[in-house]
Amino acid sequence: MTNTIRRACAAACMTLAFAASGAIAQTLKLGLSSEPTAIDPHYHELTPNIALSHHIFETLTRTDADLKIQPRLAVSWTNRDDRTWVFKLREGVKFTNGAPFTADDVIYSFCRILNNETAVSASFTDPIKNMEKVTKDGDHTLVIVTKSAEPLLLSELSQTFIMSKAAVKVDKVVFDPGTRCGVTTPWPTVAQFNDGSLAIGTGPYALKSYTKGGAIELVRNDSYWGEKPHWAELRLSAVPNAGPRLAGLLAGDFDLIENPAARDLGRIRGNERFAHVVRPSNRVIFLQLDQREESPFVRSDKGNPMRDVRVRRAMSMAIDRKAIVQRIMDNAAAPANQFLPGEMFGAMPDAPELSYDPQGAKKLLADAGYPNGFQVTLHATNDRYINDGQIAQAIAQYLAQIGIRTEVDAMTRSIFFGRRSKREFSFSMGGWGSTTGEASSFLRQWVATTDKDSGLGLSNYGAFSDPVFDKIIAEAIKTIDSGKREALLREAGKRAMEQMSHIPIHFESTIWAFRKGIEYKGRADQMTLATDIRPRG
Amino acid sequence: MSTRIDSSTLGMMDTPLRAAMLKRIRSRPTAIGAGAALAVMVALALFAPLLAPQNPYDLTGLSIMNNRLEPGSVGMNGVTYWLGTDAQGRDMLSAILYGLRISLVVGLLATAGAAAIGITVGLLAGYVGGLVETLLMRLVDFFLGFPTLLVALVLLAMIGRGVDKVVLAIVLVQWANYARLVRGSVLVERRKEYVEAAQNLGFSRARIMLIHILPNCLGPMLVFATIQVATTIALEATLSFLGVGVPVTEPSLGLLIANGFEHLLSGEYWISFYPGVALLILIFSINLVGDRLRESLDPRRRA
Amino acid sequence: MTLFIVRRLLQAAFVLLMVSLVVFFAVYAVGDPVELLVSADASAAERALAIQRLGLDRPAWEQYLGFLGNALRGDLGRSFVHGTPALELIVQRIPATFELVVLALIVALALGLPLGLVAGLNPERRVGRVIMTGSIFGYSLPNFWQGMMFLLLFSVWLGLLPTSGRGETVDVLGIKLSLFTADGLRHMLMPALNLSLANIALVIRLTAAGAVEARAQDYVRFARAKGVRHSRIVRRHILRNILIPVVTVMGLEFGSLIAYSTITETVFAWPGMGKLLIDSIYQLDRPVVVAYVMLVTLLFVVVNLLVDLLYAALDPRVQVLEPAA
Repeated sequence: MTNTIRRACAAACMTLAFAASGAIAQTLKLGLSSEPTAIDPHYHELTPNIALSHHIFETLTRTDADLKIQPRLAVSWTNRDDRTWVFKLREGVKFTNGAPFTADDVIYSFCRILNNETAVSASFTDPIKNMEKVTKDGDHTLVIVTKSAEPLLLSELSQTFIMSKAAVKVDKVVFDPGTRCGVTTPWPTVAQFNDGSLAIGTGPYALKSYTKGGAIELVRNDSYWGEKPHWAELRLSAVPNAGPRLAGLLAGDFDLIENPAARDLGRIRGNERFAHVVRPSNRVIFLQLDQREESPFVRSDKGNPMRDVRVRRAMSMAIDRKAIVQRIMDNAAAPANQFLPGEMFGAMPDAPELSYDPQGAKKLLADAGYPNGFQVTLHATNDRYINDGQIAQAIAQYLAQIGIRTEVDAMTRSIFFGRRSKREFSFSMGGWGSTTGEASSFLRQWVATTDKDSGLGLSNYGAFSDPVFDKIIAEAIKTIDSGKREALLREAGKRAMEQMSHIPIHFESTIWAFRKGIEYKGRADQMTLATDIRPRG
Repeated sequence: MSTRIDSSTLGMMDTPLRAAMLKRIRSRPTAIGAGAALAVMVALALFAPLLAPQNPYDLTGLSIMNNRLEPGSVGMNGVTYWLGTDAQGRDMLSAILYGLRISLVVGLLATAGAAAIGITVGLLAGYVGGLVETLLMRLVDFFLGFPTLLVALVLLAMIGRGVDKVVLAIVLVQWANYARLVRGSVLVERRKEYVEAAQNLGFSRARIMLIHILPNCLGPMLVFATIQVATTIALEATLSFLGVGVPVTEPSLGLLIANGFEHLLSGEYWISFYPGVALLILIFSINLVGDRLRESLDPRRRA
Repeated sequence: MTLFIVRRLLQAAFVLLMVSLVVFFAVYAVGDPVELLVSADASAAERALAIQRLGLDRPAWEQYLGFLGNALRGDLGRSFVHGTPALELIVQRIPATFELVVLALIVALALGLPLGLVAGLNPERRVGRVIMTGSIFGYSLPNFWQGMMFLLLFSVWLGLLPTSGRGETVDVLGIKLSLFTADGLRHMLMPALNLSLANIALVIRLTAAGAVEARAQDYVRFARAKGVRHSRIVRRHILRNILIPVVTVMGLEFGSLIAYSTITETVFAWPGMGKLLIDSIYQLDRPVVVAYVMLVTLLFVVVNLLVDLLYAALDPRVQVLEPAA
């Protein structure tokens, strides 16, 4: 009975689909997990915003799927000295308003980032603030002199989008933030991008329509300088809930979706109409341990046990990372033995495995003077990282087995992040993705002793401090020579792991699911780029 | 979070006649069935620690190696999990028994709390009138507009997580509905002859309010409250779904369903299915008993 | 009468003031929006600039007074997250929620009234009992769960309805609506049904209770004794008696649904106000949350005022127009 209904319906649907297929075959429908907050590429440094911007706008450099730097609007570059960079710009590139792309547009875009008055946070300003001079040498050569050595400039430029200077009135563009760079009219606002009037870039797609909370429609830019994208039109809609998003793919509403839950993949695996890709990301999930003498959520016989490196190691040994990856993450994660996957720049290629050894952990705990363990509360998010609430409970289960009585308080990110930065936690679970793809990102942010002026240890909420480590990292981040820098970063990472400054758990993987007939390889930075989605067969 | 049920007009009643009521209830097999089911559910909840094979709140007793087992499977520890296990390796049967406790406590306490505050405010506003009414009713307006999620979040941030905090959050957002309803009834009642008679006899305001008006407003309130117990339990589930409900280590039926929601597409149906069935039985029995109660209280159907 | 309404509106202004005050500080009590808006590796200068741009560098009471001053001029502030005026963000989302709620209530009445009438006219028969018992389903399972079941049934399994979004819209007097296109209507069906389930149950119960009551009334007994046809009694006497409470309660529900269609909109990714509210609360987007709650409170105040006036019109014994204190 029910089968008859299904068949009858299938027949009807097929007829409808054929009738419509001529019109929609070239439209790619994407189901995103979160919505971009603006079309303005300088608005906010969020993954969905940046991914969208890469379709409409372009950058001087770009990172490929493995986060290696590649040329884009800049064809090549050289270093005259530690602080001077010379970029050769691509010729024959046009904005969608017909204006040619020149060095002036780059300087104007840098100025606009510094003067982006409608942006909420001043994302993207840091690398530009560190520029002393930006000058042009003809229309297609750009010279950047930085105030201090900036080894990560190329990586920063891969997120600095270039827009057309035609948006404002300016006689001669000069890089001089003090005098508005020669611009005499008001700076563009976020609203002008959202309504499409200033959504003018050099990218492979152009904006067709944008409804907040609804869909974003893009259409192929036929005058694009590079390889023409396959899809004539894109339709991006955000469905924040994983279940309904996968239902949308299964029902044929989407061609490709981001971040389906790993546990649901069984549904796709058994189905020849769908395929998926699992791509390791560099986001590490880790535990942060308070190093202060008095810690708010620690109850023990004497002091704060987590100040003892033996206790920190014992806690790490108590956790079965493989079991967490297998039973909770459904294998869409990799056990972490350090803070960045081994193949990334500056990570240890052969970090020793952090193996599960509850007996050894108990012994180590007893050696440190805590044979009866202690009591602590693990604070975690329940809506930020994949399965975060479940992971926190699993960790508490493991710690309980070596005598560390652990309570779990999982809360929404809105509360968690504010409380953590006020250093209200003793033991918390966090996550960190290195946008630069370098080991320096985690180490300087979380492990280095906090120093607000030099921007070190900004997230070191547990007040971990190791002078040996600090010395290595300080040297590493100002070294331009990549060979030397890599060696220093590895040394720093080794020291952090020896001291067990934080306990790494696993690296998340990003998953994309799509219908048969298309192919996407995924990206380490978790972005969904339609230009890399191709038809197959 | 989405529905606020209003049933001011669900049937006005006169003074109850207890004997007739009981007789009526006894003559209804469904009512007896529902009453029995409710009694069983309450008993299961009360004696959960004695009945449950496992203490689902004790993390030392759980292992993720036993997680997401199908109903009837035997875990690595040799224990049979009759209703399967959840993502944490919790025995679903034990989790449901304990969850029933929390859901019942939340449903009953929150409803009772909200009703008590709401009835008091509504009675005062409706009967006393004047400035008192204006102030109280504007307070009601104030609370009606408040999003439940925001209230729950603020409480969570300020006083922490716990079952009592969830009850408090639900009371805070729901009492205003009762106040609005009761005031509506009181406005009708206070113009009736019997109230005038009582006033002429020189009874005190408090006496008239409590002894004369209140019983006559209680009927619709009772119906509303039985529905509200169900709505409240569902609301707690919704808060859990939004991540601001009871603690993850002490799941209610609602939290179990919300957790199971994530497993609906993966085929691990038992994680939300059995708690869902338990919730359905609970709410059905409460409502069927409530319905019969209302019928037997209704003078027009006593004939 | 006019005096009464004017006084109520003045009181409403006071309530709005209180709401704005409490919500303003409630959002800050949850957490620090800066932690959610500025990335953790932002430099101290970048962070300071963001705090200054958001106006969070000033003392809280000063921020509130500034907000009040602007609010009096009709400016409720710019969204922290979107950078556009909060009021504009909300107003843009009103049509989507509005049409969804209208459809949900139509469905609730279309299904609830006849079923409730049957149940009310046959309270002792099996059909009446089945309807009354079945209606409990409507509000006993959480909304999000029902929504997911709909998705599995109608979209994944039967392949009949789309899973998310608004579909094709058409301009009606400059407002984009899905209600009048076939594609839009297909998108609306599931969320509307999801939203209406609890209300179907409510209408059934209200109608049944009203019918039972009306049947016992003297005028119905009298009509029946006179030999008036059954269908006419139902139409002329009973239905009319039921409609007033049903319409009143549905009016109240309309307000609640507009304000709190959050869960349905989240599950079906419906671009309405409810989804905006939930996102804004999580992101601690204070201007949007404050503006939203003020709007909703205004809605409730107006609805309550109308209900009070209606009470007075329907039942002369009710005296809401109390003499000035």
